[in-house]
Amino acid sequence: MQFLGRRKKLIGNFQNDLYDQCLQFYGQPPLENISLTEFETFAVERLKLLKTVENVGVSCGKSSEQYTKKLDAEISSLNFPHRGGISEYEKRRKDHISHFILRLAYCQTEDLRRWFIQQEMDLFRYRFNCLHSKHKTDFLHKNNLKYETVSAEEKKNLKDKLIASSYGLSGTKVEEHDVYKVPFQDALDLVRTRKVYLLAGNAYIPHHEIVTIVLNDFRTRLSKALAMTARSLPAVQSDERLQPLLSHLSHAYVGQDYSIQKNIGKISLEQIDALSGKSFPLCMRHLHKALRENHHLRHGGRMQYGLFLKGIGLTLEQALQFWRSEFVKGKVDADKFDKAYAYSVRHMFGKEGKRTDYTPYSCMKVILSNPPSQGDYHGCPFRHSDPELLKQKLQNYKVSPSGINQILELVKGMHYQLACQKYFELTHNVEDAGFSLNHPNQYFTESQKLLNGGRDIKKEVDMSQRSQENPASLWSLKMELDRQGISAK
Amino acid sequence: MMPTSDYDPACLPDLLPLYYRRLFPFSQYYRWLSYGGVSKNYFQNREFSFTLKDDIYVRYQSFTTQNELEKEMQKMVPYKVDIGAVYSHRPSQHNAVKSGAFQALEKELVFDIDMTDYDDVRRCCSAADICSKCWTLMIIAIRILDRALREDFGFHHLLWVYSGRRGVHCWVCDDAARKLSVAARSAVAEYLSLVKGGEETLRKVVLSDPIHPFINHSLSVVERYFQQYAIVEQDILGSKESVDKVLALLLVQFPDVFICLCVSVKSSIKKGGQYFDKEIMLQYCYPRLDVNVSKGVNHLLKSPFSVHPKTGRISVPIDLKELNTFDPFEVPTISLICEELERPTADEAEEDDVKDKENEQEAGERRRIRDYKRTSLAKYVKVFDRFLEAMARSWKGEMLKKSGELETSFSVFLTFMSFTYT
Repeated sequence: MQFLGRRKKLIGNFQNDLYDQCLQFYGQPPLENISLTEFETFAVERLKLLKTVENVGVSCGKSSEQYTKKLDAEISSLNFPHRGGISEYEKRRKDHISHFILRLAYCQTEDLRRWFIQQEMDLFRYRFNCLHSKHKTDFLHKNNLKYETVSAEEKKNLKDKLIASSYGLSGTKVEEHDVYKVPFQDALDLVRTRKVYLLAGNAYIPHHEIVTIVLNDFRTRLSKALAMTARSLPAVQSDERLQPLLSHLSHAYVGQDYSIQKNIGKISLEQIDALSGKSFPLCMRHLHKALRENHHLRHGGRMQYGLFLKGIGLTLEQALQFWRSEFVKGKVDADKFDKAYAYSVRHMFGKEGKRTDYTPYSCMKVILSNPPSQGDYHGCPFRHSDPELLKQKLQNYKVSPSGINQILELVKGMHYQLACQKYFELTHNVEDAGFSLNHPNQYFTESQKLLNGGRDIKKEVDMSQRSQENPASLWSLKMELDRQGISAK
Repeated sequence: MMPTSDYDPACLPDLLPLYYRRLFPFSQYYRWLSYGGVSKNYFQNREFSFTLKDDIYVRYQSFTTQNELEKEMQKMVPYKVDIGAVYSHRPSQHNAVKSGAFQALEKELVFDIDMTDYDDVRRCCSAADICSKCWTLMIIAIRILDRALREDFGFHHLLWVYSGRRGVHCWVCDDAARKLSVAARSAVAEYLSLVKGGEETLRKVVLSDPIHPFINHSLSVVERYFQQYAIVEQDILGSKESVDKVLALLLVQFPDVFICLCVSVKSSIKKGGQYFDKEIMLQYCYPRLDVNVSKGVNHLLKSPFSVHPKTGRISVPIDLKELNTFDPFEVPTISLICEELERPTADEAEEDDVKDKENEQEAGERRRIRDYKRTSLAKYVKVFDRFLEAMARSWKGEMLKKSGELETSFSVFLTFMSFTYT
């Protein structure tokens, strides 16, 4: 399903028009054919971008210098259109197509829609603000945003009132730049906070504030579009090539998968207790403690913890020994262990059944799939524990009261991975973790790096290399998720 | 002076049937809520709620015609009538509608100013009491909000109503207002809010540069009345001594905490920056709205011309042209107007002759029209009439737009003319 050369020339002009602007409202879906590879790559890269938008947005202020720097870097490295450079055609095309692909993946539930709209809005706001003033006006005109500009005469009459109502507006700015007249219903955020001048039902918006209005418009359009997409989704999902891809995108982990361990055998079983306190993320520390106390873990816990241990470097022999010794202390005798549980440990290591080498769970997977019920210890404590219990646990682990409050605030805002990151920072006594937490094994690696000064654990295959290892590893990840029966919900 | 001591709540069961049969202005009421018939089923899909004797509360009342409304109200004799939203279906049939399909679609934008929200800044009365001194606060509230709703938000059709005891309501009836979303209503209410904070907050108004034109407009109203309001305390902000007096005024109801409040309020005044005098004036006088009343599309609010069961006063429209002389204690009670009804008048005999030629209903209607005119209710119904006339002009415009043809517009014009009466 590759591009036909002739078709490319015919629609070339149309496409040129379509992509003559750096930024767009995604009003029209793309009309070309693309390869499955491109389909997948584009989607995954946009997802990475949106996740960065989310992380950076919460950890730095949205208008801070850090935010700008980090987003700039990510946008460039992922090859998305930036500040309106010259040879941006390919990037804009990717921007366009990837947005629409993700719509398919993220239209299905209220939560997914909300997340997608929030990140796309933040990305849009950022890119709009980066535009040159002239390009902003061009954008408004091209998109039929019927925001009337106020005449010079009216501006002069209202100058004092405008200055007194809008933040950061000076006399010269009023004279030189456009002021837009917008029905007050379209500027509710500014009306609510009384940050705009109102007259006869119209809000008078200075040029630099017009982004708020545009964003509202963007949100409304995207929200409607997603609802419509959800209705037509069954038709798309019936396409066998796309169905697995789409249902996994919404859960996709797009970083390192820790399937290749460079440190096999470097951990001894005696170290695990100590390591659990020092370098395990809270979920695994919790699981380890439960295992030690109860001499048992249910299936969900065995999978989550067992794969994690594999990821930190345990060999199959070590794992068998580890689990057997613990279970035997409980109600399971050695025989029963060998019959019932050993199989599943070997299965984890790819030595049984289809012989797939399973990969340790990412944070997304832990947070979103298989919530724990009574008697379970798996899941993400920041997501699944009652805040009171979480607080107690953190107190037991000697986290400072102010630290606990910060964590609980993040949990309240549903930023579970950031809460875990904060836990990392507090337990390792650093101000900035220096990484964006996505995976429990990443937590372990980073922790060891910090504690050992980078000596012992060699830095594993880094992300940029990964992203060029197109599609094979990503496909295998998808196949595995498929096998594990991850649903799109 | 009208004798209000005549009103006894125990008489309500006897007075209300008379009120609903002969005095309640059903014709104007129906005309209002039909909004010129521009939208189909607007009246039929409107929710009313009744509070009946013994505090029985019934919701989702709806009516198909003016006649049905009259008959039901005369039958049920509600002690209180509330008006809710216009729904997607007839409220009385809401149980038959598929779950989720029954939605509140439109409603007037409303505001409720309640004197009890000012208890921390008035020493003359508290709770449900009002007097002529604190009534000034209502005048200030009406002036400020009316100006803002008209000039800033561009609304034209505002109905201000005395609630019957301790506050006023505003019904913004413009088409655009009725179509506002929850978010928009909430934004309007927030824009209009300046006094924030409950009992824990001492400094409830915080001003900083630049001062928004809306605040300046509001300040000029407050300043105009503040002199009058604070006439007892002259030049109350002029010296340290009088600032102390302001504090005393503020704190006389809280003697226990006088001292620590004194310290903290004083220090916050010192820290308060350049506008502390304006802030104090606003804290005293600026309107205090309940945002929740204004936010909800489905929120029910007391109907104009409803009776207040505790005071007996009718919730009457307020004529803004006569606002300065409006006296809540002159508002007629149900017992007064029922009494006035019984008094025979000179020209009644004349009109009895004309009666023969008309049919029963028309006669009843004419009688009712004559009836309220004989009572103190008359002038308030006139205010309502004027309000309706102004709106009707806009409905005419709407209907013409809808029909578009000259022929149709002529017949509409005729219909419109038939609505009016002398």
